[in-house]
Amino acid sequence: MATKTQAPVHQVPVERRPTARRPRGRSELGSLRRLLIHLGLIAFAMIMIYPLLWMLSASFKPLDEIFSDPSLIPSTLEWRNYVDGWTALPHPFHRYIFNSTVIVAGAIIGNLVSCSMAAYAFARLQFPLRGMLFAIMLATIMLPIHVVIIPQYILFNNFGWINTFWPLIVPKLLATDAFFIFLMVQFIRGLPRELDEAAKIDGCSHWGVFLRVIMPLCTPALATTAIFTFIWTWNDFYSQLIYIRDIDLQTVPLALRLFLDSQGQTSWGALFAMSIVALGPIFGFFLAGQRYLVRGIATTGIK
Amino acid sequence: MTDNEVAVVPTKAHNSDDAKAPPPEPPTSRAGRGYRSSARRRERWAALSFLAPFLIGLTVVTIGPMVASLYLSFTDYSLIGDANWIGLENYQRMLEDPRLLTSIGVTFRYVFISVPLQLAMALGLAMVLDRGVRGLPIYRSIFYLPSLLGGSVAIAIMWRQVFGTEGLVNQVLAIFGVQGQGWISHPDYALDTLIILNVWTFGSPMVIFLAGLRQIPVMYYEAARVDGAGPIRRFLNITVPLLTPIIFFNLVLQIINAFQAFTQAFIVSGGKGGPSDSTLFYTLYLYERGFTAFDMGYASALAWLLLMIIGLFTALNFFMSKLWVFYGD
Repeated sequence: MATKTQAPVHQVPVERRPTARRPRGRSELGSLRRLLIHLGLIAFAMIMIYPLLWMLSASFKPLDEIFSDPSLIPSTLEWRNYVDGWTALPHPFHRYIFNSTVIVAGAIIGNLVSCSMAAYAFARLQFPLRGMLFAIMLATIMLPIHVVIIPQYILFNNFGWINTFWPLIVPKLLATDAFFIFLMVQFIRGLPRELDEAAKIDGCSHWGVFLRVIMPLCTPALATTAIFTFIWTWNDFYSQLIYIRDIDLQTVPLALRLFLDSQGQTSWGALFAMSIVALGPIFGFFLAGQRYLVRGIATTGIK
Repeated sequence: MTDNEVAVVPTKAHNSDDAKAPPPEPPTSRAGRGYRSSARRRERWAALSFLAPFLIGLTVVTIGPMVASLYLSFTDYSLIGDANWIGLENYQRMLEDPRLLTSIGVTFRYVFISVPLQLAMALGLAMVLDRGVRGLPIYRSIFYLPSLLGGSVAIAIMWRQVFGTEGLVNQVLAIFGVQGQGWISHPDYALDTLIILNVWTFGSPMVIFLAGLRQIPVMYYEAARVDGAGPIRRFLNITVPLLTPIIFFNLVLQIINAFQAFTQAFIVSGGKGGPSDSTLFYTLYLYERGFTAFDMGYASALAWLLLMIIGLFTALNFFMSKLWVFYGD
């Protein structure tokens, strides 16, 4: 699977060719047609994001209105939903945000350090079994977590790591998110080799080249890695569900699930309010890092 | 949202042409045999130090557990007590496990309905957006946003309300005088709501399609137009063949992703795969066996069956690709 999966990856074009761009606003597209296309796109976009906007508005609505009014404008601004939601669980909601933040920060640091190191070796160094290791690395991108999670659980259980953050952070320090290795290998290969050579002639070791030449030039790839790691870890539910049962260590997704199970239908307003709180940071990162996100998908096809 | 569409296609720093693994040999320009071999030895040690975390992770966190789970699948391990070798018993048990068959059926329906719909939607929108529509970055962002949020618990909660008995969908239907029902709580429709949720996240394949469409040289279209080809002919004879590698890439990726869907089904069904097992995804059943019943031997066997199924479909995909994917001449 490994060697084959990489084939289509290169088909995802990553370089803009001058001949490829079609002139904008071709004369054939009449202005009426263009208007119709825009109207169609706007209508479709509205349907797509309507549930999101509606949830945002519903988080300010009183309960009966949530179940009767599909419009986007709440009759009153009910801040109480946010206050109720914040305090509805055994801990105030910022406790869960804090727990999630710790895990996310650990994962980001882990991925940035370990994946960039492995990527440098694959992109720039000669060593035995490189081709095979590269293929294995690509194969692990496709490996479902469900296949390894049970022995991992047993392993971490033996370490006494269940109900700690370690099982969620330590694997990241060990470059297990191979997506990012691949992303950075692609990026480093695009950097001119002359820079490495010049640094080496000036007496830099491999570590010197890595730290002083490659890493500073890799900022866009590092940013993409950090943003994707943030979003994936913040959203991650499966592994947090498995490793964290302790009420004090619950993360945002686990807290939302707890909320859903314990309060159910009676407090949709507060539940929506906390869901909005949970989605907020992702939305913020999305706006801030859009450029890197889109670039990342186009390069590697990750989600 | 200030960037223009150039951002879709990464800058020159990424180079698709030398993206083949393993990477090309570095130029060995240094003279002198002894120097070269000692430099090479140093390079190997450096490589080992750079790769150390990756190699430890690969052994301890990935390959080790894979082998261990294969071993466990032949035992009756349950976290407490020893793992007793029971041979193929777990695999025999699968044949007589009605819930396993249900979960496979549910998962297949989910994968093979939602992925084609999702890709069709992604390609369609990418085609429209590629025609030099003004405001492309804004549309692209809006269509891409659900892909980022789609896997989260918050969105699954939203979905539960939207398709609930008194949910948004039924409120809108009521305006048109249609009496809706509880889509989530009805065994015939619960899975469909999850399929819709997956289709809703068509943004990331769409971005990949957009990048692919941009690579098709405009002169092909001009030549075809000179020869009198209409828009439909141009789509079928230029766009589709040149895009097949990307369609294939998205297909492989999305099928693998869809087989692993978990969070949405877990939240929407309250962790049980209900109503009456209609949303019992394979991953949900595996979780239930492994981490609720702690029936870890059987769950390991289930995990390996999942790997086999995904591997089989991926291999089949690659095999079939020879028939329809066009890699240029």
